[in-house]
Parts: sequence; C-alpha cells; structure tokens
Amino acid sequence: MSEDLYEAVIGLEVHIELKTESKIFCSCKNEYGALPNTHCCPVCMGFPGALPTLNRQAVLLAVKAGKALGCGISSVSSCNRKNYFYPDLPKGYQISQGDSPVCTGGYLTIYADSVKKKIGITRIHIEEDAGKLIHDRSSSTLIDFNRAGVPLIEIVSEPDIRSAAEAAAYLKKLRLIMLYAGISDCKMNEGSMRCDVNISVRKKGSTELGVRTEIKNINSFSFVEKAIDAELARQIKFLKAGENIRHQTLRFDPETGSVVTMREKESENDYRFFPEPDILPFFITTDDIKKISEDIPALPDEREMIYTESYGLPHKDALTIISEPKVSMLLDDISRRTRYIKNTANFIISEFPAFCEKTQKDSAELAPRLAELCDLLGDGEINSSVAKKTLRVILSSEETPLHYIEENGLRMIRDEKLLKATVKKTIDENPGMASDYLNGKKAAFKSMMGVCMKLTNGSGDPVILTKLLNEALKNHHIN
Amino acid sequence: MITELSKLTLTSLSELLKNREISSKEITEECLKRISSIEPELRAFITVWRENAIKNAEESDRRRAAGEELSVIDGIPMSVKDNICTAGIRTTCASHMLESFVPPFSATVYKKLKESGAIMLGKTNLDEFGMGNSTENSAFFTTVNPIDKARTPGGSSGGSAASVFAREAMFSIGSDTGGSVRLPAAYCGIVGLCPTYGALSRFGLTAFASSLDRIGPLATTARDIYEILPIIYGHDPSDAASVPDNLRLNAPRTPNGPIIGIADEYFGPGISDEVRSCILTALSVFENLGYRIERISLPSLKYALSSYYIISSAEASSNLSRYDGIRFGHRTRKTVKDISDLYSASRSEGFGEEVKRRILLGTFALSAGEGNKYYQNALKARALIRSEFKSAFGKCDIILSPVSPGLPPLSGKERSPLDSYLEDIYTVPSSLAGLPAISLPCGVASGGLPVGMQLIGNVFSEYFLLDTAVKFETVSGINCFSFRSAV
Repeated sequence: MSEDLYEAVIGLEVHIELKTESKIFCSCKNEYGALPNTHCCPVCMGFPGALPTLNRQAVLLAVKAGKALGCGISSVSSCNRKNYFYPDLPKGYQISQGDSPVCTGGYLTIYADSVKKKIGITRIHIEEDAGKLIHDRSSSTLIDFNRAGVPLIEIVSEPDIRSAAEAAAYLKKLRLIMLYAGISDCKMNEGSMRCDVNISVRKKGSTELGVRTEIKNINSFSFVEKAIDAELARQIKFLKAGENIRHQTLRFDPETGSVVTMREKESENDYRFFPEPDILPFFITTDDIKKISEDIPALPDEREMIYTESYGLPHKDALTIISEPKVSMLLDDISRRTRYIKNTANFIISEFPAFCEKTQKDSAELAPRLAELCDLLGDGEINSSVAKKTLRVILSSEETPLHYIEENGLRMIRDEKLLKATVKKTIDENPGMASDYLNGKKAAFKSMMGVCMKLTNGSGDPVILTKLLNEALKNHHIN
Repeated sequence: MITELSKLTLTSLSELLKNREISSKEITEECLKRISSIEPELRAFITVWRENAIKNAEESDRRRAAGEELSVIDGIPMSVKDNICTAGIRTTCASHMLESFVPPFSATVYKKLKESGAIMLGKTNLDEFGMGNSTENSAFFTTVNPIDKARTPGGSSGGSAASVFAREAMFSIGSDTGGSVRLPAAYCGIVGLCPTYGALSRFGLTAFASSLDRIGPLATTARDIYEILPIIYGHDPSDAASVPDNLRLNAPRTPNGPIIGIADEYFGPGISDEVRSCILTALSVFENLGYRIERISLPSLKYALSSYYIISSAEASSNLSRYDGIRFGHRTRKTVKDISDLYSASRSEGFGEEVKRRILLGTFALSAGEGNKYYQNALKARALIRSEFKSAFGKCDIILSPVSPGLPPLSGKERSPLDSYLEDIYTVPSSLAGLPAISLPCGVASGGLPVGMQLIGNVFSEYFLLDTAVKFETVSGINCFSFRSAV
C-alpha cells in the first residue's frame, strides 16, 4: 500500500469442497462436471419427508483439514440451520454449523516480504453446498442440483492479513496444504475453492478495527489480489476525505477491476440460526483423530525443512518443487529408491515444466527409472551431460536409462589410454586453441574440453579429461 | 362372510383370516363399500385408492392360501394420514401447496406396513401440515366426528381417527407433533399411541416440527395396537434421530409398583366436570387392579403450551421454507416481477391461514433480537419439563391425565386460535419431553360422547403402556364399542 499512514486488516473466509465419494447428507455421487441434475435425489432436492443423514467421511475430512492446520478438534460437534430463500437452495435453509464447529484455533505460515509470518485460523466448520444457477440465453434461469449437498468446509482466518500479497500467499499455502492432505482438489476455476474477503483499514499503530466490507465469492488468486487492492484504495480515499465506510457486501468485477456494491449489510438476511433437529450432535473420538493424523503426509513446511536441510537444496528450488504436490510426491517416491537425492532434485528443477506435465497423469512408473538414472550419475557411471540428455529421453519415452546408455555407448569412459589419445587429437587438431590458452586465454580450456567431449560422444570422464588436458598442455608448452 | 364389520377389531379379523373364515378380499370390499356409503358424509379421506386395494387383497389371500402370510396384519386394510409419503399416491398434507404432489418414495413406516401385507385404502384428512386439532384447517374439507356429526373429530389426524371408528379402515397411521394422534383418538373413541421420540422412523413424514414429529398408530383397541407396533417399531438409518435398537433401554420400574402418578397440573381450571369425573372413575379401576396412586408434581408444565407453540412454530417456519414454488408444489400463475415476488405470491396462495400464522410466529421467534428471546426461553422451559418428567418417573411408572380438558367441540364454531391451542394443553408436555403416551377411551359423557385418558410412560416403555391399557379396556369394558356410530 502506497499510503504509509494506513494499514489493511484482512480476514479470509475460504470455502473448500471436500473430496468425498458421496454428498454430505445423502448417497448421491459427489462429482464435478456430470450432466445437470443427474446426481440428485429427494434428500438433496429437499423433498417433503426426506431427511438428511450425515456423511461421516465429510466430518473426518474436516478433522483432517483441522489437524493439517494445527487446530483443536471438538469432541462433540453439532449442526445448525441457516435460513434464507434462494432458488439454488432446495430446503430454504442450509445445514451448517454454529457455535460448535468441528475445528477451532489453528494457523498457517506464509512468507511476508521473505519473513515467516503466522496467520491464525479461527475455525473450520462443515456445511452443504447449494445448487448452481445457470442463466441461459433465453433470459430464463435453469438450476443444476448436482452441487446441492456437496460437502464443504469453511475455513475462517483471523484478521491477521495486512496486504493483497499476504492474502494471496495465505490462499496459495492453504491450497497446497489441502492438496497434500488430500482434502480437496481446490480448483478455483471449478469452484471447489472459493474465497470471501473481509477487509477494513485503520491508521497504522491503531489497535481498533475500522468498519469492514466483505467482497464475496472471488474465484481466482489474482482476482483476490486485485479486489483487495481496489477495495483498499477505495476505503483509504473515503477515510482521507473524512467520509465513513459503510458496512457493505461487495462483488469484484474482473472486467473493470473494481468492486461493486451487492447490498448494504443492514438490509441483509437475518439467517435465523437454530439447532438442526434432523442431525443429532456427533462425536469425534481421540482414536478418530489419531488415525486421521497418521494419514496426513508431510506438509509444505515440513517439506521445506527436509529439502533445504537434509537434501541441501537452495530455498528457492525447494519452494518450487513444493509448489507442485505431485512433483514433490514423485521426489518422495524417488528418494526412497536412490541414495543421490540431490541429483534427483536437480533433475527436477532442470526440467521442471516437463515434470509438472508428466505428473498430471499417473507418474508412478517414472520413479524407478529416475532413481536408476540418479544412481548412474551418482556412481559415476555417466557424466552430467549424458545424464541430462538421458533425462530428456526418459521423460519423453518409455526408455530405461541403463538400456539407453548401453545402446548409445554413453557409459563414462575412464580408460586413461583412450582419453590420452583424445586429448592429443584435440590439441593436434586445434593448435589455435592450445596457443590461445598458453597465451593466457583461460576460456580456451573450456573449448578444448568441449572438443574432447564431442570426440568421446559426451561420455568422457570430465575429471580425468581435465587432468589429462592440463598435463598435455603443460607438455605442449615445454615443446 | 362378515355381516357386522363394525363389531370387529383388527385382532378378531386377524384371527378370522388365520382360520380362513374370511378373506382379505371380503374385508377390503366391505371397507370400500363402507367408504362408498358413508364417505360423502364423513369425509375422512382425501384420496381413496380403490383399484389397487382389491388387487393387493387378492394377493394377500393367495399368500395366505400358500401359507406364506407376511404378518398377523397381512390382508388387513389400513388408512394413512396424508402427510406420510406414499410412492405413487398423492400426498397433499391437506394443503393447496401440495395438492398435486405425488412423492417418488415411501415413508419407512408405510413401507414396513406394505411389506407386512397391510392393504392400503387411502390417504386421510388432516389439518394442513398437521397444524390444528379439528381438521378444520384442511385446505379441502372438514372431517365429521363419526360419533356426533355436529362435532369435530379432533386433529390433526382427524381423518385417520374417523376412518377407524367408522370401520372404513381397520387401523390407521397418523402423526403426532403436539397431540395429533392422541386428541382425535380421544374424540373418536378409539386408541392412539404416540411412541417415544426416535422409536419409529420419521423418514417420509412431511416435517412440521422435526424435534417433536412422531408417527403413531390408531386402532379400535389397545390390543390392536399390540399387533401393529412391532411391525413399525425399530431403528431406521435414514432418520438420524431414530434410536438404534440396542440403545432402547427400558427405564427401571418403581420397586413397589406399578404406581400411577397424578399431577395437579393436568387438572387445571379449564377442565370440564365430565372429563374430570371420568378420569377419577378410571383411577378407581386401576386401584381395583392393584395399581398404587401417587401424587406427583410437574410445576413447569405451566410453560408447556407456550413453549410448544414457540418451538413447533420456529421449526415449522424453517421446514416449510422448501415450499417456494420452484421445484414442486404450487406456483403462482400471476405475472411476477422477480424471484421474491414469485415466492410471496406462491406461498400466499398455497398456504392456509393457520399455516401462515405459525410461519410468521416461528419466523419472529427465530429472528435476532427480541424474538429470539422467546425461542431461547422456550428451549429452557423444554429442558425443565424434561427433567421434571425424569424425576417424576423415579416416583411412578405411569402418569395418568386427561387427553383434553373438554369434550369434542362443535365444528364450524368460530374459535380463537388461542382457544383452539388450549385443547392441546395436556398433550404437549410429553411431546416436549419425547415420552411415549397412549390415548384410550375411559368413559362415556352426556350425549354418548367419548372421554379419553392419556397414559404417559418413561422412554421406550410403549409395551408397558400397552399392557396397562389392555388391562384397563378388558376390566372396564370401555372401548370404541361403548359409543354409538352416527354414520
């Protein structure tokens, strides 16, 4: 924020669709992209007489999300009804949770100006998603109830976020954690992750909160940043002009890059919350929590530590790999098969886009081949230029490294006699390079190494070649 | 061949069927004949399901001939309250809102009865969505009391009770939120059971007030209920509030029992002399049977009626939100300018006055601020009432009370909603506590009108209540045959 006098106070409410087999209160399939109204039944359509029954898997995934975010888990939790009329809401109320959510009080860490910062999580509760309105060209509105009853968690953050960049970092981190823990696919474009922003501005140093506005339902990371910047600018402009901020619900318009008023908070629904009589309070045992905790793989922070401290990767490379869970998981897989983990990580960084693409599909078969390649390089059977070449080959085919190397004669040549001949040939055929080197042009050494490599089809041992070339050049000088 | 269907109970018919002295087809035809002849006057049914009834009766007879009868009620005709979903059969809730609604699935209780071979005859009248106690709030017509045509049959399961007394059906399935099985049973001289909350599945029962709604059977005698209850009793995974079978623990009895508790709160100033004297006579019958009578106190019962109306209306305001004209039910034909206009026009046209009154009351009671205080206080009163019942059942095994303060009221008479609500004063306390209660006739008042009594038991004591009721009807000789039919 350019305005040094003011500071932003931002809290995020993130809705995430849970990756369950079936919906939260009925046995309909939970699947995105099916033909409209093919995954619905009397329960999720709110038919008279139909009753909801709670999907335990949804509760357990919410617990998992809580454990992944360091939350406390309630031993008893219960549902509430949130009443309002909307055509996508079949029962005229949403089953959600009130003052006994599944999880409370956690946090996640982000980097704010390269400094680690904790953002508090207030609570995580479960609820059902609504259907989807489709406004067709003939000006009528159609309703697809496939999404009605899809299980959601709402993750509410503390107002600890101070900028658009921090908000984006929070969302990206949250998404990564959910992906690693297998809670959701978190696709903002498919609506399986959605974000509401609560935002206010105050004078720096003040501890009081200003009047906040809420920007609803933003569906991309970049829109979140843009919406926050636009709203901050608007609020600061108001405050500077001595005007009051109104407690409003806003919407971000990507076309104009500005926020638009949806409604004044005063005119907002009174949701008339009350305990849901059709769902009894439910229990979460310490045994449930233990089992779930054991089922959570290493999360981003832990990975960051392992990659930088145990694998010795540069911080930037570690974060790059962690940003793609499937690539990171592939690294886990390979690391169990080879002693040369750093080689593996370097391979991945060097061909990162290819790895991202490969791991979109089932990439389990890649692990043994990559491990073999890492071993070949680490054991000195091939040199790094051959390794790079081989890597590209195995990424684009089903070739195995060993077979490819044998077939193409790429195994490292360590025979000093052979390599001596190569060095001799190099100097003999490139007298200019040799004299350049002897005249002080150190770069000429590299060129001669290049020729040596070319002559050995890229498989000469670079250490031996360097030694031999050095010796030969010394002799050349004497001659 | 039966000549006197009206003299038979379900139990005696079951015996006749077993001995091949009668066929299901004969009983069913007889019931349908009665429906044809008296229904124009009685108006107990919203929908009569004629064709399939005979076909189903013939199938039942074939099963019995092959020795493959499904249960003791296989082949016995029944009626079902029209707020209980019956796949393929219109289920209106006596509301214009659902006038043409045909549910795609069946209520668990109905399914169980069908699977036991009961013959479905039709759907009975009620107060719209169960809101009322006379059937006068039905959007279609009022059912007549078969004992005195000038009077109401009670409600909301008034059609069910009338159809049973008049032997259009041999038993019926009703629902009880604040007395809707017990009151019409009392006004029509028959027996109605409201089982423990969670004992029977609510799945397929159109919700009025979810934390209070219960399904209950109505039949000519307590003995008949004995045959029906095991069929519909039991856990249903489709109803989250239904109690697993292994958790239905029978509360312990008093050591020197059985003891009948009597609370002053059930004999308030509004009670009629005739009702009081019939209840006292019934008490002496129990004394002669060896029951001990103890005075108990339930001081919080004075909050029961208002708490009941606040909680039930609050839940109703939410449960009835789904009738918005979007997916099913009535949608306005008026031109509307926007979606909220569509909602209000459809709902204004589709719901009757009493339903609207309760939605408004309930919406207010849940609204932030003043309104919500009523709801919160009602919840507190409910908790108090529960705990007072709990301690009362440490001193007695059954609480005996009237079902209503007075006799069946004359129909068509302009009554204020409050006067009408006061009829529920003795039935709503056990509703709030989720306790089982049975309503059975205990005396004949002037004009041959029935007086009912209520036996309230501890959780899951419905069979003990039935035992007690059977003893009473056997010894006292008072049952539905004590009242002359006017239809």
